[in-house]
Amino acid sequence: MIVAERKPLAEIRSFVEDYRRILILGCGTCTTVSLCGGEAEVKIVASGLRISFLHEGRDSEILEDCITRQCEPEFVEVARQKVKDESIEAIVSLGCGVGVNLLAQLLETVPVFPGVNTKFFGAVVEPGMWLEMCAGCGDCILQLTGGICPIARCSKSLLNGPCGGTRDGKCEIGEDVDCAWALIIERMKSLGTLDRLSEMLPARDWSTSRHGGPRRLVHTEVANVNVQETEGEAQ
Amino acid sequence: MKSGSRLERILEAGHFAVTAEIGPPMSGNPAKVLEKAQLLKGTADAFNITDNQTAVVRMSSVAAAALVLGEGLEPIMQMTCRDRNRLAIQADVLGGSALGLKNCLCITGDHQTSGAAGRLKGHPGAKNVYDVDSIQLVSILRGMRDDALQQGGDPLEEPTPLYIGAAWTPLGDPIEIRPIRLKKKVDAGADFIQTQGVYDVDGFREQMAIIADMGLHERTHILAGIIVPKSLGMLRYMNSSVAGVTVPDRLIQRMAEAKKSAGDDKKEASRRQLAEGIKMSVELIEQVQEIPGVRGVHVQAIESEHLVPEILEKAGLLPRPEMSKKEG
Repeated sequence: MIVAERKPLAEIRSFVEDYRRILILGCGTCTTVSLCGGEAEVKIVASGLRISFLHEGRDSEILEDCITRQCEPEFVEVARQKVKDESIEAIVSLGCGVGVNLLAQLLETVPVFPGVNTKFFGAVVEPGMWLEMCAGCGDCILQLTGGICPIARCSKSLLNGPCGGTRDGKCEIGEDVDCAWALIIERMKSLGTLDRLSEMLPARDWSTSRHGGPRRLVHTEVANVNVQETEGEAQ
Repeated sequence: MKSGSRLERILEAGHFAVTAEIGPPMSGNPAKVLEKAQLLKGTADAFNITDNQTAVVRMSSVAAAALVLGEGLEPIMQMTCRDRNRLAIQADVLGGSALGLKNCLCITGDHQTSGAAGRLKGHPGAKNVYDVDSIQLVSILRGMRDDALQQGGDPLEEPTPLYIGAAWTPLGDPIEIRPIRLKKKVDAGADFIQTQGVYDVDGFREQMAIIADMGLHERTHILAGIIVPKSLGMLRYMNSSVAGVTVPDRLIQRMAEAKKSAGDDKKEASRRQLAEGIKMSVELIEQVQEIPGVRGVHVQAIESEHLVPEILEKAGLLPRPEMSKKEG
C-alpha cells in the first residue's frame, strides 16, 4: 500500500487559517491503513483545528468526511457534491498525494491542501511499522533477486550489489536499515539459487520509471470502450 | 596496449606495482594539488585522484588528475556512480582522455549521508544518482575503449584509450559474495583491482586463494590496499566502523603498547604511534607481497601523503622501475 504520515497540526493549520469553512477529508484506503488519514484521523485533525481556532476566537467551521478512495472520480464525486452543498472554502485532504492531485483536478475553484506526507509503497512489518518494498520503477526484476527489491531497498539501487558498505547485514547509511543485498543473498542461499547472482545485470533502462517522465497506463480492454464511445459521439 | 598508461606497462611487464592516493583539496587552489604531487613524485607508479571521497565536495578528480599529470606523475582518475549519470560519466571520461588521463577507477561511491563519516556536514539532502553501478560502469568504459561505443549504442568518433580499474572489498559482508562480485568486475572488463585496506592478512589470503581457484588473479591485476594506521584511535575506529575492514587484536594491542610506552607525554605518544603505524604498514606490504596473485599495493595515507615515501622506501619498493614508452 501507499504509506503516509500525518503532517504536524501547526503546518496544516498554517494552510487553512484564512478560510472560514474547511472540510477535512479522509480516505478509506491506504492512509486509513497507515493510520494517518482515516475517519479517526479526520476527527483528530478537525478537533485540533477547532480548538486552535476557538482559542484565538476565530469564526470558522470545520467539517468532516471520509470517502472510500480519493484516487477515483466516482468516489471524489461524493466529496465534490458536499463541497458544493456546504459552501466549502478549502479542503485538507488526508489522502495520499494522488488524492490531493485528483481532488485539485476535479474541484475547480476550491483549494486542496495536503494533510499528510506521502512516504512510499510499503508493507506492515510489525504493528505500527512500515517498510518500503517497491519503488514502482515500471519493470519488475524481482524474479532475479529472490523477491527482494534492490531498487527500492538498496540505498544505492544497485543491481549487482552489495557495495563495500554493508556490515553485519546493515546498510552504510544507518544501523536501522537492512542491507537489501544481504537479504537477497540470504534468501537466494535458502532457495539454492545464489549462483544466479554471478551474472551481471547490465545498465538498466530507467525510462519505465519516473525518469522517463510522468507515466500513463492504458488498460486497452477498458479504455477501448471509451475510445469507441467517443468516436461514435463524434460521428 | 589498451591505454599505454604507465600503470598498464608496469603491470603487463610483471613488475610489482605501487599506487598511492592524492586527495584533492576543498578549494579551487591548484597549489595544494601541485604540492602533494611534488612530494610524491617518483614514489608510486600511479596516483589515485579521489572523487568527492566520503561524499564531501572537493576539486573534481578529472581536474586534479590533469594537474597531477602536468607535474609528470601518472594519475588514476576516479568516477563514482553517486554523483553522475551515464551521460555525465562518459562525457567526463572523454574530457579526461582529452587531457591525457589514461587510467580510470570505477567506484560506487559512499552514500551522500556519509559526509566524511559524520565529521563534516556534507550534503545529506542531495539527490543521488546511481544510474549505473560500478560493475556496469566498468563495462561501459570497456565499450568506449574496445568498441568505440557509447552505452546507449551510438558510436564514438574514435576509441577511448583506457586502463580500467575497480575496487574490491575482499573481507566485506556477506563474505561469500565477495569472490562473485570480483568475478563480475573482471567479466565486465576490470584491468586492475584495488582492494579495501587489508589488516587481516590471513583472511585476505583465504579470499585470494578462492579467487585464484576461479582464475581471476590471472585475468586482472590485484593491488592490495594498505591504509597507514596513524594512531590507536584510528585503528579502533576502522575496526569498529569501516565496512569490510577488520583489524586483528594483535595489531590493536601493538598500537596500544606504543601509545602507553610514552607515558603522559602526548606528543611523544602520537610520535610513537605514528612510528608503529609506519612499521605496521611496511610489514603489511611485505606480507601481502607474498600472497599468490597479489600484483601490487595501493597505499593510502589519508591526509598524510608525506608518509608514503618513507613507507615505500622501507618496504624496498623504491625506486620505481624506469619504464620506456615502448616497454611491454
